[in-house]
Amino acid sequence: MRHTLSVLVENKPGILTRVAGLFARRGYNIESLAVGETDNPSISRMTIVVDGDGKIIEQVTKQLHKLIDVLKIQDITDEPSVDRELVLIKVNADATTRSEIMQIVEIFRAHIVDLGRNSLIIEITGDQNKIEAICTSLRPFGVRELARTGRISMMRGSK
Amino acid sequence: MKMTGAQAVVTSLQKEGVEVIFGYPGGGVLPLYDALYDSPLYHILTRHEQGAAHAADGYARATGKVGVVIATSGPGATNLITGIATANMDSIPMVCITGQVGLSIIGKDSFQEADITGITTPITKHNYLVKNPADLPRIIREAFYIAQTGRPGPVVIDIPKDVFTSTIDYHYPDDIKLRGYKPIYEGKAQEIEDTVAVLRKVKKPLIFVGGGVISATATDLLGKLIDQYQIPLISSFMGLGTIPASHPCNLGMVGMHGTVAANRAVMDCDLLIGLGVRFDDRVTGLLSKFAPNAKIVHFDIDPAEVNKNVETKHRVIGHLKWSLQALLEKMAGQIPEETRAQWNVWLEQVQCCHRDNPLIFKKTDKVIKPQYVLQELDRQTKSNYIVVTDVGQHQMWTAQYYQFNRPRTLISSGGLGTMGFGLPAAIGVQMACPEESVLLITGDGSILMNCQEIATLVEHQLPVKVAIINNQALGMVRQWQRMFFHQRYSHSQFNNGGTDYVRLAEAFGATGLRATKMEEVPQIIAQALATDGPVFMDFQVCSEENVLPMVPAGASLDQMIEGAVD
Repeated sequence: MRHTLSVLVENKPGILTRVAGLFARRGYNIESLAVGETDNPSISRMTIVVDGDGKIIEQVTKQLHKLIDVLKIQDITDEPSVDRELVLIKVNADATTRSEIMQIVEIFRAHIVDLGRNSLIIEITGDQNKIEAICTSLRPFGVRELARTGRISMMRGSK
Repeated sequence: MKMTGAQAVVTSLQKEGVEVIFGYPGGGVLPLYDALYDSPLYHILTRHEQGAAHAADGYARATGKVGVVIATSGPGATNLITGIATANMDSIPMVCITGQVGLSIIGKDSFQEADITGITTPITKHNYLVKNPADLPRIIREAFYIAQTGRPGPVVIDIPKDVFTSTIDYHYPDDIKLRGYKPIYEGKAQEIEDTVAVLRKVKKPLIFVGGGVISATATDLLGKLIDQYQIPLISSFMGLGTIPASHPCNLGMVGMHGTVAANRAVMDCDLLIGLGVRFDDRVTGLLSKFAPNAKIVHFDIDPAEVNKNVETKHRVIGHLKWSLQALLEKMAGQIPEETRAQWNVWLEQVQCCHRDNPLIFKKTDKVIKPQYVLQELDRQTKSNYIVVTDVGQHQMWTAQYYQFNRPRTLISSGGLGTMGFGLPAAIGVQMACPEESVLLITGDGSILMNCQEIATLVEHQLPVKVAIINNQALGMVRQWQRMFFHQRYSHSQFNNGGTDYVRLAEAFGATGLRATKMEEVPQIIAQALATDGPVFMDFQVCSEENVLPMVPAGASLDQMIEGAVD
C-alpha cells in the first residue's frame, strides 16, 4: 500500500542524501519525493510517497527518526489531507486534434502553457486521481514528454 | 578568546575530557597537528589510519568513553572507513576528525580530496562538514554528545584546512540545541507493567543479553534480576561478560556457534526477554523458527530495533538502567509462588541440558588442537585478562572456551566481523587500561591484516600478549568450504611455506615464541605471561578443526551440527 509521509527536516546541505540514502540502503522504495523550504527557512518539508506494508512503514519511520536532522514525521495516508502534484505534459497536437485536446484541458481545468506547430504543453495541478485521469485521456494523442513534481501534502484543519 | 580553528579543536577535545587520541598526520591536518604539538593530549601515532580507528574503538569499548581518531583528507580519511563501519555496527562511541581540502577547492577533485561526509553517511550515527570556522566548538560539543548518548555510535567531523587556520572567537557552548535529537532515557511505565503481567503467567522464561547491557552499564541490575529470580540466561557474542560465565543461570552463547543448552532453551522457552540485542541473523538462524513457542519482550534504547528482525508483541523502550531498575521494582512481590516453582523446574531442566552437552573436542597429542590452546590460555590467565580477538575460528573458540566474568573484557568486532581489528584494538585497550593485562587472540589470517601496528605496540612498550592460532589457512572459510562446498578449498590456504611469526615479532622488536607440539603449549604460555613487554606466541595448530556446534546459515537453532573432529 502507498503511504504518504510528511517529514520536517533541518534545511541543511546533505539532508536529501541522508534521507534518500537511508531508503536505498534499507531497501525501501520511494515512489516520489518532493522537498522545499517551509515558512521557516531553517526547516524544509519533504513529502515522501513510499510503497510498503505496515511493517515496512514502521521501519521507515523509525529509521528516519534516527537521522539527527529529521525533526518530525507524520504518516498522513489516512488523515484528512490535501494532496497536490504539478505535471507538465507535452502532447502531439495538429489542426485536427487541437480542439479536442483543448476540450479535455477545459474539463480538467488544466492550462495550455505553450503552443507549438505540432504540440502543446499542458500544465495540470491536482491529486493523483485527477493526474492519472488526464494522462489517460491525453495518451491516445501521443504524449511526447511528461514531467512531474512529485506529491506534496498537507493535513487539513489546524493540525 | 581568539584562537585558530586548530587550537579550538584541541581546546574542545580537552573540554570533553579526552586524554588519548589515535591518529596519523598528513597535509590536510597539518595545522591541527601543529596545535597538538603544544597540547597535553597524548597522541598515539599508529602505522596506518585503519589501525588508529580500531585503536580508538578498542579504547572506547574498554572504557565506555568516546574514542577519538584523527586522519588527514582523502586517503587518510578513506582508510578510516572499515574502522568507522566496525564501530557503527557494534554501537561504539567514537569521534573521527578528518582533514579536508580548503573550502575554495572542495568539489574540484583537488589533491587528496574525498567526499568523506558522503562516504560515511551510511556508516555513522551522524557527520559534519565544517564550513564556518565559528561553528567548530558547537559541532565538537554536539559530536561528543551524539556519539555517547542514546544508542552510541561514531560521528565524523570533516574539517577543511582553511577552517583549521582561520581565527575564531572561541566560546564552548554549555547547552546543546539539537531539535531533531532527543535520546530517550526513561520510557513508559506501562511497558514495564505489561512485561510483569506477561512474566506472571509464563513457565519457562529466558533472558537473552547483548552488548546493549554492557554499553548501558546495566550489568549490576541484570545480576540482581538473575540472582533474585533465578531466570536462565543466554548471551549474544557481544553480551559475553555481562554475567560471569560460571554463574549457574548462565547457559552461554546462543546462535550459530552457541552452546547446545542455549539454543535448545530458545526453542523451548515460553518467554524470551531480549535486553540490548539486535536479533542478528547469526543469533536467530531461520527467523520463522526462532523461539517458536515464546512471546518475545524486547528491551532496547533504539525504537527502530523493535520489529526490525523478529516480530515482538511487547517492547520496553528506554535506557536499560532505567528499564531494569523499573522492572525489578515492579516485579517485587508480583510473581506468584506457583510461578516461581515452575521457573525453578525450568531452570533445572536447562541446567541439566547444559551439563549433559558440554563443548567438546577430541584431544590428541599428535597435533595442537586450537581449543586446547584456548583452554590453556584461559587457565593460565585465570579467566581474568581483557581478551581482544580478531575474526574467524579463533574468535568463536575464544567465545566458547574463554570464561568471561566481567563486562568489557571481550573486545571484538561482532557485527561487522572485521579481520585486522584485533591488534590495533588491543593497543587502544591497553592504553585505556594500563593496570589490566591484555591478551590478543588472533589468527594467521587476521594478524597480517594490520601487522604494521606491531611497530606501534613496541614503540609504546605495551605489554599485550598475542596468541596466534596459526593453522596456515583461513580457518572459517575452510570450515565452510569443508562443510558446504564439497571440500573445494578455493584460495583459503596460505601455501607460502609458512610465514615466520617469531621473526616477524622480532623484526619489530617484540618477543616471539613458538609451539609446534602439544606439550610445549603450557610452557610457552607461561613463558609469555612472565615476559615483560609485547610477546607473540605462534601456536602451530592443526588446520582440520571445525568450530562446533554449528547451526548452518538459514537453519533453525535446533538443527545443530554437533560432535567433534578427530
